[in-house]
Amino acid sequence: MTLFNELVAFLSESANWSGSRGIPVRIGEHVLYTVVALAAAFAVAFPIGLLIGHTGRGAFLAINIGNAARAVPTFGVLILVVLLAGLGFLPVLVALVILGIPPILTSTYAGIRGVEGSTVIAARSMGMTERNMLLKVELPIALPTVIAGLRSATLQIVSTATIAAYVALGGLGRFVIDGQQQRDYGKMAAGAVLVAALAIAFDLLWGLVDRVVVSPGVSGRLPRTRRARDADSPPPTTGTTPTDPLTPEPAGRPT
Amino acid sequence: MDWEWISSNTGEIGGLLGDHIYLAIVPIVAGLVVALVVGALGVRFPRLYPPIVALSSTFYTIPSLALFVIMPGLISTQILDPINVIIALTIYSASLLVRNVMDGLRATSPEVRQSALSMGYTPIRQLWEIDLPIAMPLVFAGLRVATVANISMVSVGALIGVGGLGELFTQGFQRRFYTPLLVGLVLSVLLALLADALLVLLQRWLTPWARLVR
Amino acid sequence: MSYRTPARLAGLALAAGLLAACGGGDGGGGGDPLSDGGGETCQASSGDGVVIGSANFSENVLLAEIYAGALEAAGVTVEKKLNIGSRETLIPALKDGSIDLVPEYTGNLLTYLDEEADEAESDAVYEALGDAVPDGCQVLEQSPAEDKDALVVTKESADSQSLATIPDLQPVAGDLIAGGSSEFETRRAGLVGLKEVYDIEFGEFKTLDPGGPLSVEGLLKGDVDVVNLFTTNPVIETEGLVVLEDPESLFSAQNVVPLITEEKATDEVTEALNGVSAALDTEQLIALMKRVDVDKENPADVAAAWLTEAGLV
Repeated sequence: MTLFNELVAFLSESANWSGSRGIPVRIGEHVLYTVVALAAAFAVAFPIGLLIGHTGRGAFLAINIGNAARAVPTFGVLILVVLLAGLGFLPVLVALVILGIPPILTSTYAGIRGVEGSTVIAARSMGMTERNMLLKVELPIALPTVIAGLRSATLQIVSTATIAAYVALGGLGRFVIDGQQQRDYGKMAAGAVLVAALAIAFDLLWGLVDRVVVSPGVSGRLPRTRRARDADSPPPTTGTTPTDPLTPEPAGRPT
Repeated sequence: MDWEWISSNTGEIGGLLGDHIYLAIVPIVAGLVVALVVGALGVRFPRLYPPIVALSSTFYTIPSLALFVIMPGLISTQILDPINVIIALTIYSASLLVRNVMDGLRATSPEVRQSALSMGYTPIRQLWEIDLPIAMPLVFAGLRVATVANISMVSVGALIGVGGLGELFTQGFQRRFYTPLLVGLVLSVLLALLADALLVLLQRWLTPWARLVR
Repeated sequence: MSYRTPARLAGLALAAGLLAACGGGDGGGGGDPLSDGGGETCQASSGDGVVIGSANFSENVLLAEIYAGALEAAGVTVEKKLNIGSRETLIPALKDGSIDLVPEYTGNLLTYLDEEADEAESDAVYEALGDAVPDGCQVLEQSPAEDKDALVVTKESADSQSLATIPDLQPVAGDLIAGGSSEFETRRAGLVGLKEVYDIEFGEFKTLDPGGPLSVEGLLKGDVDVVNLFTTNPVIETEGLVVLEDPESLFSAQNVVPLITEEKATDEVTEALNGVSAALDTEQLIALMKRVDVDKENPADVAAAWLTEAGLV
């Protein structure tokens, strides 16, 4: 039987879709790990990115630490934290958060830095407070880039959350690891395919979020006539591939 | 930290470091070649662009452990052959780079294209002497990320017997011994940072005009 | 000025090509891990010498180092590929000619090769194993040294719940969390047999690893109450863990045995390895393991010291 047939057989077996070890439960666990890790990485990286983007202070240090974090091998960190703190969600969370910080940090920073100087001067001369400038002018313009960073962080975290199963947790990685140990390669391939499908679903979701939250003036989805009038406003920043060399997206996916 | 262990195992550590470098670098070079070829096709034939993007992002989401284990079955290689890890990482590198290559190659402005055309450049010569140099910054941005990611991902190969420094992780884990684990972590991070710095230097050497323009 | 870039790129491409040409070279032999159900046969490695593999846990590495030392002393050329992975990788590696020899354990090797096997006693297992190994492979003489599966609890829970044997678990099992590998959950020498033979059903089961670091961490940090470990694991002594007795012999014998491709099992190889098997026993193995895992000595050094002591080199 070829791998593909085994894969189809595993996915079409209804018993695999129910119970506490079924596919829906594993997907739920995987989503939970991803969302918690993403939220934690966001909570750390986003405020720092805003701050250094707005003030320009400490940028060199923060960006370099962020880039060094990309170099940390997730597998090694996972094992280290297991030895230090034991089993449970903590080792997985630490490893995934380290993975999620760099893309969110660099994209937030680059997004805010990318706001044109004239726009900032205009906001300042209108008498806006620093806080209002950041939240009402810079952030909305930077939003597509920030979301691009979140997107790439999500992609990496979803795919890497597979390793949770290596340290006795659940998630879709369970099928991959158990499949290897039990020599059930259909199960293993099913795990891999489901992870990929979940990642794509998350990516589509981010596309939707991008459409909803990004101001039409920034995304360039305004009707033509109004855009022509606003010819002096900053050029639309398209979210997916920032050309700033500081944010080489899609970012790496170290597992 | 057990310094004695380190000094009595320098040979083995060096060997694993060498393996690690080999396992990370070969896929980068191979992935770049694939990405350049596929990317150039994607730019030349715009109809190919969307499927290439879709396919490369899908490849990128496959968990590395699963790909490593399934590889020998897909390409009929020996199970311990490093080629399994190399091909898997090449797929990841190429998927990551192809986007940057295509965006970079498309960055040439229409005016420049027109000039090249009127100076009698053939499409190949234009690609090699104009489009590619202009694409350098974006290609290098991708290369830096792919290299750092590869150096980190090689470790996972330790679960199938080909893992470079990752073998120090599993060894440390099995013996509840922090020294090999920390040595592996530190060397892996240093290697990634060093490779990144080398790429920055290489980029400067390849794009001498970048410094002049600013 | 930017004309320099294409030239430099060309130079780089050439250099990379040369590097790739030097680095590449060893083609594949065609082993397929997706079809190692048993149909295929073992295949010796192409070189003259013996390629020794080992699983990625320290005892197996130690045993492989001992085999390597003994073979070298007998004048056999040896190549070591240690720390490879689990049995799921090692057996396919024997079949595709990647390795020739690996230290194995009779009971677990038998259940890997034949899921139906239910022999438990040492000689019966060894005999059944002789029939079960794939063609082209053979097991040499087994050693009295054993590394058995066991259920292990901490000293505290052994005292508080008065546990000394597996049957003692029966009344309290419903409140306990057990841990082991994912195979432990499905095979007879695991949860299935515990239910069948001892009528024990645990409240919960957590998937860890086959007697490895996860199982140890899980037990020591209290994530699980009962765990499947192997009896030579030095943490049993260092952490004062309690191995529960198995009066019904649910867990089969696990004697150390060399698994080798027939072609490489020449007389001198066989003689050297049988010498090792005869000289090694369980107490010595535990003592050697303590030097590796607790004193952090190198497996190769520990192996060499033992071979000298045993008069095998």
